[in-house]
Amino acid sequence: MTLALALEQLLNGLQLGVMLFLMAAGLTLIFGVMGLINLAHGSLYMVGAFACAAVAAATGSFWLGLVASLACAAAAGAIVELLVIRRLYDRDHLDQVLATFALILMFSEGTRWLFGSFPLYLDIPPLLQGAVALPGGAQYPVYRLAIIAAGALVAFGLYLLIGKTRLGMRIRAGESDREMIGALGVDIRTLYTVVFALGAALAGLAGAMVGALQSVQVGMGEPVLILAFVVIVIGGIGSIKGALLGALLVGVVDTMGRFLLPQMLALFVPPSQAGLIGGAAASMLIYVMMAIILAMKPRGLFPAAHA
Amino acid sequence: MKTLVSAATLALSMGVSGLAFAEPVKIGMITTLSGGGAGLGIDTRDGFMLAIKQAGNSEIEVITEDDGQKPELAVQIADKMIQSDQVDILTGIVWSNLLMAVAPSAVAQGKFYVSTNAAPAALAGENCNPLYFNAAYQNDNLHEAMGEYANKDYKKMFIMAPNYPAGKDSLTGFKRFYKGEVASEVYTQVGQTDYAAEIAQIRASGADGVFVFLPGGMGIAFMKQYAQSGVDTPIMGPGFSFSQDVLPAIGDAALGAKASGQWAPDFDTEVSKKFLADFQAEYGRLPSIYAVQAYDAAQLIISAAAKADVKDTEAFRAELLKADIQSPRGDFKFNTNQHPIQDIYLTEVVKGSDGVLTNKTVEKIFDDHEDAYAKDCKM
Amino acid sequence: MLNRETIANLVLAALLLAVPLAANAFGQPFYVTLATRVAILALAAAGLNLALGLGGLVSFGHAAFFGLGGYAAGILATHAFSGDPLLFGWTGTNQMPVIWLVAMLVAGLVGLFIGLISLRTSGVYFIMITLAFAQMVYYFAISWPAYGGEDGLSILVRNQFPGVNTMKPVSFFLICYGVLITALAFFVLVRASRFGSALQAARQNEVRVATVGIAPYRIRLTAFAVSAAITGLAGALFADLNRFVSPSMLSWHMSGELIVLIILGGTGRLFGPLAGAALFVVFEYVLGGLTERWQFFLGLILLGTVLFARGGLLGLLAGKARHG
Repeated sequence: MTLALALEQLLNGLQLGVMLFLMAAGLTLIFGVMGLINLAHGSLYMVGAFACAAVAAATGSFWLGLVASLACAAAAGAIVELLVIRRLYDRDHLDQVLATFALILMFSEGTRWLFGSFPLYLDIPPLLQGAVALPGGAQYPVYRLAIIAAGALVAFGLYLLIGKTRLGMRIRAGESDREMIGALGVDIRTLYTVVFALGAALAGLAGAMVGALQSVQVGMGEPVLILAFVVIVIGGIGSIKGALLGALLVGVVDTMGRFLLPQMLALFVPPSQAGLIGGAAASMLIYVMMAIILAMKPRGLFPAAHA
Repeated sequence: MKTLVSAATLALSMGVSGLAFAEPVKIGMITTLSGGGAGLGIDTRDGFMLAIKQAGNSEIEVITEDDGQKPELAVQIADKMIQSDQVDILTGIVWSNLLMAVAPSAVAQGKFYVSTNAAPAALAGENCNPLYFNAAYQNDNLHEAMGEYANKDYKKMFIMAPNYPAGKDSLTGFKRFYKGEVASEVYTQVGQTDYAAEIAQIRASGADGVFVFLPGGMGIAFMKQYAQSGVDTPIMGPGFSFSQDVLPAIGDAALGAKASGQWAPDFDTEVSKKFLADFQAEYGRLPSIYAVQAYDAAQLIISAAAKADVKDTEAFRAELLKADIQSPRGDFKFNTNQHPIQDIYLTEVVKGSDGVLTNKTVEKIFDDHEDAYAKDCKM
Repeated sequence: MLNRETIANLVLAALLLAVPLAANAFGQPFYVTLATRVAILALAAAGLNLALGLGGLVSFGHAAFFGLGGYAAGILATHAFSGDPLLFGWTGTNQMPVIWLVAMLVAGLVGLFIGLISLRTSGVYFIMITLAFAQMVYYFAISWPAYGGEDGLSILVRNQFPGVNTMKPVSFFLICYGVLITALAFFVLVRASRFGSALQAARQNEVRVATVGIAPYRIRLTAFAVSAAITGLAGALFADLNRFVSPSMLSWHMSGELIVLIILGGTGRLFGPLAGAALFVVFEYVLGGLTERWQFFLGLILLGTVLFARGGLLGLLAGKARHG
C-alpha cells in the first residue's frame, strides 16, 4: 500500500462523507426543529436526481439541471409538508414512521409512472470532466473534488444561515422552545414549511450531484437514507455539527473498511476467502460502529440541547 | 378458414411444423415489473409476448404478474397461478434468488418451468429436473467466455463482482477459463453505488485488464465513475453489464467496453434482423438480451405445444428438448441438463450511425459452448 | 357483557377460520394459502405488538427476528435433508415443534442481546439502533455463502408436524391458526399480569415506575426478548409456508411492514395485528391484480389510515381503545 493510495482513499471517504452530510443536515434540521422523523427524505434525494437528469437531457446543461433539482426538491418538500407532514408534528414517532414510509411507496411508484422503469442518463458537466494529479502520482477525478468543495460550501452556508440570520435565529428558537416562538409572534407554520423545503433542497442537491456519478433510478434514495440516519444518530439528532462530524466519520470508516479489511484478512486466509469475508465484514462495519457509539453515548456524540 | 391458413403459414414461417395445437396451454409469467429491476422484467415480458402474438394462437393464454423483485411475493404468485389459475407452465423470473424460491417447488408440483434468464448452478448439475428448462444460458457461461477471451491479451487481471452467490459464480466462471495471473479479487457490497475505493485499488494493482460483473444500477455507477477516474485499464464484463437496458444510462463512458453475449443487435441473420425489426415496430425501442431469451422461451413453448399435449408431461418434455425453433441467436440446442448449447461472442460497445449506443459483434469466443455442470446431471 | 371490541375480535377470529375452510371446500386452495399468510404475518406482528403496543418500544428491526426464525427453520431442515451434522453431530430436524423451539430460542437470545444495548437508548435513537442491528444481520445473511447468501435457501419438502400432513394447505393453515390463537391468548395473559401492568406503566410514566422500585430496563428487556421470540416463531412458519428463506425476510422493508400491520389494525390492541395483516394481504392481492402501480395506491391507503383513521381498522370497528 502506497501513500498515494491511502490519500486517494481518504479523499474518497471525505467525498462520501460530504454527500452524506447534505442528506443528514436536512434530516437533522427537520428533526431538531419539528421533532419529525422523515423516512421520505431519500425520496426527495431521488426527486433531485430525476429533475436534474430530465432538465439536463432537455436543455443540454447540467447546471440548469442542478438549479432544477434544487427547485423541484424544495417544491416537492413544501407540497408534502403542506399536505401531509404538517398533520404529523403532534403525533408520536410511530405514526411519523408509518406515514413517511407510505410516502416512499408513493414517490417511488409515482416517479416510475412519470419516467418509466429504465435508469436515466446524467453526465458530469464538461467543466468538471477528467482527473487531476495528486501528490504522490495518483490521479483523482475533478468532479469528486468539486463535490467535496460544494459540501464544504453548504456546510459553511448553513453555519452562517443558522448562526447569523433572522431565519436562523427562529430555527434555533424553534429547536429550544416551540411554544415560545409561537408566543413571540413568529408564524410557526410558515417557518416549518421553509425548514422542510430547505432540508428537501439539500437532499435534492445531493441527489443531483451524485446522480451524475451513479445511476439515476427509482429506489436510489433508500440506501443513502439509511446511511444518513446512521449519521445523525451517531452525531446526535438535531445537531448540525454532529451531522457534519458523523457524516465524515461514516464516510471515512466505510471507505477505509472496504479497502483495508480484506487486505488485513489476506494476511491470515487465502485471498479469495479474504475478499469474501472482508467484504461482508466491511458492509457491517458502520452498523457495528453505530452500535458501539450508542452503547457508550446513548444520545450520540453531540447531543442537542433538548429532545 | 382464412385465419386458420394464415396462422398455419405463420407457424410454418417460425419453424413450427405442426398445424394446430394439441391442447390449450396456460402459461404463468412471473416477472419484475415494479421496483429498481423493472427494466429487465419489462423486456422479458415484451420479448415473450412478441412471440406469442406472432404465433397468433388463441389456445395459448399468458397470465402476467409482477413480483416486485421480492422472493416471498414471487412464491405467493406462483402458488396462486398453480393452485387457482391452474397454469401448466411457469416462466419469466429474472433473478436467481427468486427463481430458487419458485422453480424447485413448481416442478415438484408437476409444472414445467422454462427460465428466461436466471440460471443458478444449483439447478444445472446434480439437482437438475426433467421439468426445468433454461432458454437463456447457465449463469457461468458469459463469465467463462470472458475468461477465455482474456487469455489472449491480458497477463494480469483485476476481477470484481458483488458479494452474493451470482457474483461468486461469476468470478469462479471467469477463473475456470482464465490462465493468467489474478491481480486481485474484490467482492463489493450488493447494491453498492460508490466505487471510488475499488477504482483506487484497480489503479494500484498494476493489472492490465479489469473484469467486472455488476448488473443493473451497480454497473451504471461503476462505469460512469471509472470513466472519470483517469484510470485507463481496459474494461470487460459479461453481456448484462452493457446490455441495451443500461447502455443509455451509462452513456459514452461505456464506449469500447468488451463483453460476451449470445446475441447482439447487429447479428447478420434473417431471423435476427426480423426479430429486431418486429420488436422495434411493436415497442419502439431496441430489445435487450433479456427480450431475446424470453422470445426464445416463448418460441420453445409454442413449438412443443404444437405437437404434444402439455398435460402429457413426457411427450411435451420430449418436444421441448428438440428445441425446434429459429432463434435470433443462431444455433440453439439443449444439453442433457436442459440448458442451452450455444455460441458465445465477443461484443464491443460502439456508437451507431444514429448516435445510439449499441453492442457490435467482434468475434466468436466459444463454438457450441456447454456449461460445466451438465456432467453432474443424471436424468 | 361483550363490548364492541370483543365482538369485533370474535368475528375476525371466526372469519379467518371460516374463509379458508370454505375456500377449501369449494376447491380454491389458493385462498387457504393467502389466509395462512395472514395468520403468520399476524403472529409476527403480534410479537412486535408486545414490545411496541404494550411497551411503547418502536422497534424498526423486528425483521431481524423474523428472518432469524426463518433461517433457523431453513437451516435445520436442510441439514435434516442432507444428513450433514450441524452442531455436535446433530443433523438438524424436520419436526416443526423442535424447529419452533429453536427458532424462538435463537430469536429470543439475539433479541436479548440487541435489547441489552438498544434499550439504553430511547425515542428516535431506539428506532434507529434497532434498524442498525437488523441491517447488520441482513448484510451478514447476504454475504455469508454457506446457506445461499442473497439467493436464499430452499426447503424442498415442508417440515413435519406429528399426526398431520403439512403439505395439505388446509392442515398447515390450521397449524398456523392454532399457533396464532395461542400467541394471542398469551398476549392477553401478559397484558393482565403484574409484569404487563409494569410494562405499560413504564411506557406511560417511567419515573413513577422507577420510584415504586421496579426497574423499567429489566421489564423492557424481558418484553423485547419475548417479543423477538414470538416474531422468530412466525419467521419459522413463514419459511415453511414459502418453503424458502431469503435475506429479504431480514430487510428494513420487512421491519416497516410489520409496523404497518400493527398500525393498520390498531396499535396496542389484542387483535390489531390480525386485522392489520388481513387488510394488508387483501390490499396487496386485490391491488396487485388491478394495476402494476399497486404500490402507489398501497402507499395512499396507508397514508390515509395514519392521517384520518387513527386507531386503525379496529378503531373504526370498535371505537377508541379502552386504555391508551
